[in-house]
Amino acid sequence: MKADHYLDAIGLSCPMPIVKTRNAMKEAETGEILEVKTTDKGAKADLTAWAKSGGHELLEQTEDEGVFTFFIRKG
Amino acid sequence: MTVRIMTPAEAAQYSIDKKPLFILDVRTEDAFADWKLEGGSFSYLNVPYFDLLDGVEGIADQLPDDRDILVVCAKEGSSEMVADMLSEAGIGAAYLKGGMQAWSDYLRPVKIAELESGGELYQFVRLGKGCLSYMVIDQGQAAVIDATRMADVFLAFAAEKEAVITHVFDTHLHADHISGGRAIAAAAGAAYYLPARDAAEVVFPFRDLTDGLRVTIGKTGVEALSSPGHTSGSTSFIVGDRYLLTGDILFIDSIGRPDLAGLAEDWAGDLRKTLYSRYGALSGNLTVLPAHFMEMDEVNEDGSVAAPLKTLFAQNHGLNVADETEFRSLVTENLPPQPNAYQEIRKTNMGILTPAADEQSEMEIGPNRCAVK
Repeated sequence: MKADHYLDAIGLSCPMPIVKTRNAMKEAETGEILEVKTTDKGAKADLTAWAKSGGHELLEQTEDEGVFTFFIRKG
Repeated sequence: MTVRIMTPAEAAQYSIDKKPLFILDVRTEDAFADWKLEGGSFSYLNVPYFDLLDGVEGIADQLPDDRDILVVCAKEGSSEMVADMLSEAGIGAAYLKGGMQAWSDYLRPVKIAELESGGELYQFVRLGKGCLSYMVIDQGQAAVIDATRMADVFLAFAAEKEAVITHVFDTHLHADHISGGRAIAAAAGAAYYLPARDAAEVVFPFRDLTDGLRVTIGKTGVEALSSPGHTSGSTSFIVGDRYLLTGDILFIDSIGRPDLAGLAEDWAGDLRKTLYSRYGALSGNLTVLPAHFMEMDEVNEDGSVAAPLKTLFAQNHGLNVADETEFRSLVTENLPPQPNAYQEIRKTNMGILTPAADEQSEMEIGPNRCAVK
């Protein structure tokens, strides 16, 4: 999947992945896609809930050797 | 306003003492609905931390000023951030050190009794998950029963009491938490006992925990009593002729569920026979010490979880179902959801899976669900 914006949150622990995702999303236009990479396990549930509460759409999430990748479309 | 750090031990004291505490839980709504800090006089507000990033002013009027406020999250980071924001807004609050993960791992040792022979019996209360473990100490020897994953706590406790752990028992193959039994036995050079009927797939050596097995810890007798029903190998213990350790068969206000190893229908009959016949033939004056509690109202004022067998025969609904068919449907239908990752936990306890420490902690997140009411 191709993203318009990219955020590297690898190595950061809660709450920073969400804080940074939120800030990056502010820079994006509605409909644009943000790709986030994180190693924080807790971010999985939190990003899902955060996207839902903010009206964004979680398009895809994958895990590869401890790195979680999320594609989120700004709502 | 300064931000205070509250340890799980301090939070546990509020819980046991029924001291009012306001919990601001900043995890997601799902996580909060599934599992939270429980206490006699706790009140709650759940607002995910990501809804507070613009400021805490929106919830200020929902926070009390007549009781302490504790901010709680999964691991600590978000609760510290929110507590800092509250402090800047002039609201004093503490955050829970280590978050729900540390709460899940915290063990509170409670002295149950001085035994007649001069020994002592301790209960280790895991408030976060409702698990109860036991240590019998007498004349420099100790036995550990149903130890949780935090092996170091048990080893340190025995060392402090200048006792050598000689016997480690698990009443059954646990499905809701990872046993610390094998690790404790290895560290202490003790024998590890597990009922063979639960252990068909176990890949490490153990000694069979058989009906009638009797060991002596100092001068205190510890006697095994086969009590199938939660699992087919489930075994109880009678300690010092006064205490009945019931494992996951009988709890204070509920009874064991027979389905976690997948055989509810087969084991419902065993469970009934154990509860109504085998326990029914024992002295009502024995004090029941279960391996779990479900609700904070099962916890006594001194923080222990214990009640006379005769009281349970009078009050516990699961011991008072006269009709066998009705009993069978009680324990096989409408069961609560199964514990988090219970299949992986069983495999870990069999030695088939060997997850890393942080994975083990993750697998155990959430409440225990070993009972039917």
